[in-house]
Amino acid sequence: MPAMPAIMKTTAARLSALYLILFAICAVVLVIYVTSLSVRMITAQTQEAIAEEVSGLGRAYQRGGLPTLVRAMEMRARQPGANLYLITDPNGLILSGNVESIQPGVLDTVGWTDRPFAYRRYGEDSGENSRHTAVAQVIRLPNRMILLVGRDLGEPERFRNVVRNALMAALGMMGFGALLIWFFVGRRALKRIDNVSAASRQIMGGDLSRRLPVSGAGDEFDRLSENLNAMLDRISALNEGLKQVSANIAHDLKTPLTRLRNRAEAALNRREDEAACREALEQTIAESDQLIRTFNAILMISRLEAGYSAETTKTVDLSAIVADVVELYEPAAEEMGVELKAEAEVAVRIDGNRELIGQALSNIVDNAIKYSAGGANESPAVSVTLQKHAGAVRLTVRDNGPGIPEADRERATERFVRLEASRTQPGSGLGLSLAKAVMTFHGGRLELSGDGEGLSVAMVFPAGKNG
Amino acid sequence: MKILVIEDDREAAGFMKKAFAEAGHTADIAPDGESGFALAETGSYDVFVIDRMLPRRDGLSIIAELRSKGNATPALILSALGEVDDRVTGLRAGGDDYLTKPYAFSELLARIEVLKRRAGAKDIETVYRVGDLELDRLSHAVRRGGQEITLQPREFRLLEYLMRHAGQVVTRTMLLENVWDYHFDPQTNVIDVHISRLRGKIERGFDKPVLHTVRGAGYMLRAD
Repeated sequence: MPAMPAIMKTTAARLSALYLILFAICAVVLVIYVTSLSVRMITAQTQEAIAEEVSGLGRAYQRGGLPTLVRAMEMRARQPGANLYLITDPNGLILSGNVESIQPGVLDTVGWTDRPFAYRRYGEDSGENSRHTAVAQVIRLPNRMILLVGRDLGEPERFRNVVRNALMAALGMMGFGALLIWFFVGRRALKRIDNVSAASRQIMGGDLSRRLPVSGAGDEFDRLSENLNAMLDRISALNEGLKQVSANIAHDLKTPLTRLRNRAEAALNRREDEAACREALEQTIAESDQLIRTFNAILMISRLEAGYSAETTKTVDLSAIVADVVELYEPAAEEMGVELKAEAEVAVRIDGNRELIGQALSNIVDNAIKYSAGGANESPAVSVTLQKHAGAVRLTVRDNGPGIPEADRERATERFVRLEASRTQPGSGLGLSLAKAVMTFHGGRLELSGDGEGLSVAMVFPAGKNG
Repeated sequence: MKILVIEDDREAAGFMKKAFAEAGHTADIAPDGESGFALAETGSYDVFVIDRMLPRRDGLSIIAELRSKGNATPALILSALGEVDDRVTGLRAGGDDYLTKPYAFSELLARIEVLKRRAGAKDIETVYRVGDLELDRLSHAVRRGGQEITLQPREFRLLEYLMRHAGQVVTRTMLLENVWDYHFDPQTNVIDVHISRLRGKIERGFDKPVLHTVRGAGYMLRAD
């Protein structure tokens, strides 16, 4: 569609135009129908009136012959708004009546004139206004004279004019209405779509915090905007995560990588000292192992946050996992002088992934042992409790170490956050983040609390179908 | 031992070949899935090491087809995908062990050596003996030099696994996988502490050590 005005490219304008045309056609058809019906009715009325006149005149003729007929005719012709009356001789010469001249050929017909004809009345100016049309009945009298009784068609003509004017007015109003509709509906829709387009352009331009406008009308535009906004929220959350990961990778992986590289370089320069070289190499391997661990944890968290396949979950025995992990860590805890005890309800089952829960729990227990051992408490202890409450299963690991100040607790589960107090402890700083990701994956949450001393980390699972 | 390595990374494959040679094994390298499958079908290998993502044909389909043709040669899958479900699909396809990249060569070597002897007669033996150490799998009794040693259930399973693979290096992750049945990486030295407890029970009061630490790799139960 070349050179189509922009306005016509909008759906609203096209619809308006289409409706306008449809309505106009309907209106024209309706008017034509009404008009023709009315005209037919008027014509029928006219013919009836003429027929009555004719029969009246016929009776006069029967009563007294031609003179009575002419008298009756002339009497009627003098009345205001009278019909047309005319008597001619067989050659068409006007003998009597109120018609001065008549369209030639009309008198040759017998019965009803098949179409309106022009005529002129007596005593009228021969101007344009004096030309009339009429329908008439033409009768041959027994003496071969011609009688014409007709009726002027001025009235139906006027009626037709009125209808035509009404039609024009209606069409005009419809056009105006269509314009109005387009203006209020089309323009509004157009404007909203333009707003959405403008907002999307800004979003595409990089401003991911912008959202599409929602008018509050709750219509389809709003629903569309709301859904797109929800999608944008998800995208920006993922994007935010990605940004954070890359920033953290840059920080927490580059630092040890730099250390690694420097150490290898230093070892290369001291080639003659074999023992030092060996030590440097061993440290390099240890460092890269730590890097791999960190990297694996980042990947795992990302995978968990992106959503795991449902195939990986099944009914698992939480009590057994608690027993496993406590048993796994008990000797290590004892070696560090930490008392590790478990108090678990038996056979608590949920839908979950044994590996993931085991790993998350061991991360938390590992932290708890480390921090309580490093704390000031004289008899460091870690307790693991598993309880089934109404609708939820709580797996709590409590230590009596230094704890985490309330203000920092939220941050503690963020990736790579190692609170100042723990900077000296080994670890990737991903343990709690991983546990949190595992809990989110299981539809649960990770709660950090602590009263007085120590930290309490609770893995809260929604109770499974067995619980 | 003859090993077939199907690995498309030339440098990694070359390194493996050299390192296997140093450990006394010979390794053939196949750089893609098709040639790897052709070599594997000859049936002249003791162990396969198969990368999961290969050009021309993926590792899992190679293993699946070998298994369907009755080839039971133990296969270790190497993969950059280390998630729980990836491991499960790998083992389901017929792999015998799964190792995530990046890995320590000592870990790969230890696992390969265990795989090779996996099919041995150890499973049907009811009593394992290493030197004067004796473990009865039925009565759960452990004796050394005729002297009864009391072990916790987990310690028993730990010793059982070590004795089944006596003379072979067993890594910490192998222990966690086979004794505890978890596949994650314990961040601290939890396994070491279990080992040293066990060591205390089976070595205290005896002259000769049997449970040796292999530096940078793991542990080995061996009577000198």
